[in-house]
Amino acid sequence: MKPAGFEYHDPRTLSEVTALLGRLGEDARVLAGGQSLVPLMNFRLARPAHLVDLNRVAELDFLSVEGGELRIGAMTRQRVLERSEVVVSGWPLLREVTGFIGHVQIRNRGTVGGSLAHAFPSAELPVAMVTLDAAFVLQGEGGERVVAAEDFVLGTMTTVLEPGELLREVRVPAPAAGSGASFREVSRRYGDFALAGVAALVTLDRDGVVTAARLTLTGPAPTRARAAEAAVLGERPSEALFREAARRAVAGIEQDSDMHATAEYRVRACEALARRALADAAERAAASRAVG
Amino acid sequence: MNKRTITLRVNGAEHTGETEPRRLLSDFIRDDLGLTGTHVGCEHGVCGACTVLVNGDPVRSCLMFAVQADGAEIDTVEGLAPDADTLHPLQEKFHERHGLQCGFCTPGILLTARALLRENPDPSDTEIREWLSGNLCRCTGYVNIVTAIREAAKEVSRR
Ligand SMILES: Cc1cc2nc3c(=O)[nH]c(=O)nc-3n(C[C@H](O)[C@H](O)[C@H](O)COP(=O)(O)OP(=O)(O)OC[C@H]3O[C@@H](n4cnc5c(N)ncnc54)[C@H](O)[C@@H]3O)c2cc1C
Ligand code: FES
Ligand code: FES
Repeated sequence: MKPAGFEYHDPRTLSEVTALLGRLGEDARVLAGGQSLVPLMNFRLARPAHLVDLNRVAELDFLSVEGGELRIGAMTRQRVLERSEVVVSGWPLLREVTGFIGHVQIRNRGTVGGSLAHAFPSAELPVAMVTLDAAFVLQGEGGERVVAAEDFVLGTMTTVLEPGELLREVRVPAPAAGSGASFREVSRRYGDFALAGVAALVTLDRDGVVTAARLTLTGPAPTRARAAEAAVLGERPSEALFREAARRAVAGIEQDSDMHATAEYRVRACEALARRALADAAERAAASRAVG
Repeated sequence: MNKRTITLRVNGAEHTGETEPRRLLSDFIRDDLGLTGTHVGCEHGVCGACTVLVNGDPVRSCLMFAVQADGAEIDTVEGLAPDADTLHPLQEKFHERHGLQCGFCTPGILLTARALLRENPDPSDTEIREWLSGNLCRCTGYVNIVTAIREAAKEVSRR
């Protein structure tokens, strides 16, 4: 249970990082919080020849609001996100999902960028980012490109990141006035990976009619439930409405079976969670209208 | 693989050592510094036995490389007691309340609890349990651990 040898690099600036990644190509892995990569290395499931440690790159560790948009540096610790007042008041969904990531010791090291780039099927943050319509800024030696959260994950632990590229920053737009969000998951024990998880964002107008909705399920990749979103648009929240939307959310979706749960179980769990998350989000949206 | 020289403060004392980059912080603490109070259970982040404080925050020492701790302040269980004759209130309460049996999980739990009490001097039982979710104990059933931490919180605030 010891990692194999590797060449260690600890650059201080982003341009040093991209130069290293450009030069080393597929032989290099970046090291963020290490909460997923180091276990893989300890098991020798990962044996990178070069490790480029991002922990001393101060440029990647920031949390700010610009033009109403939340900007999160890739090296922001999950625990910092969870405890940030700006996040709690403006993007409570991020606070809510982060509390589900492992345990306090994991979140003290684990980073926002690491969780998103790792793209583990049952990870919470990727689902929240798709729901909030976040944009990811990817940086390589030649420049940057911006990818929607929804288009970032291709499948189980596979993303659009190219060799030589890193995830630099996440930009999360502020939810519209009258919005409420919710995340629900089923896991074996508190802090375990989700067997199934669902995030919902619902916006209501002054008359209590749904004007926007986003619903995302965990799966091999975060899956937007467009049919369910369409089903609630223009309607008033009700139990029957959300029951029907949840049914549509899981129609035809793909889930994996493993030793923890069968695919059938995950589909059923997603359906129940979708119903609850939508109802919860709508209730919070109504409450925000009542206050605002 | 090139060795690196690192300098870190452990329980207030400065240590300099040479290490291969692949050396885990847990192994550096145990084998290079001889501080075997930090236990190693699973080596993949699940059990919490290896928990130490890095710059005040509880983290898994089996998921960090020692080179990454260059320049850091580390606290291990050996630094918890103020001196050789006095126990930390957490240690006292674990002793009184039977918060341990085999003791394998105890160092990680004590350090996690210490960080909790620094952040929140008066935690509820639910908060204590949330913080303990990352530390597996196969002996006690946790009830006495929670009691010990709750009572230690009172003791720390009183002092
Ligand atoms: C006991 C335990 C329980 C856990 N429970 C959960 C859980 O419930 N939910 C959950 O979501 N996660 C959980 N995790 C994983 C944890 O959230 C990790 O922090 C996260 O998956 C990876 O983030 P990291 O910063 O640690 O990245 P690392 O482990 O350092 O890296 C992970 C991967 O992403 C790549 N990478 C990292 N940063 C970047 C970047 N900026 N650009 C490009 N590539 C990058 C690395 O090269 C590596 O391949 C758990 C971990 C443990 C040990
Ligand atoms: S030995 Fe580090 S968490 Fe188990
Ligand atoms: S006292 Fe034995 S594992 Fe906790």
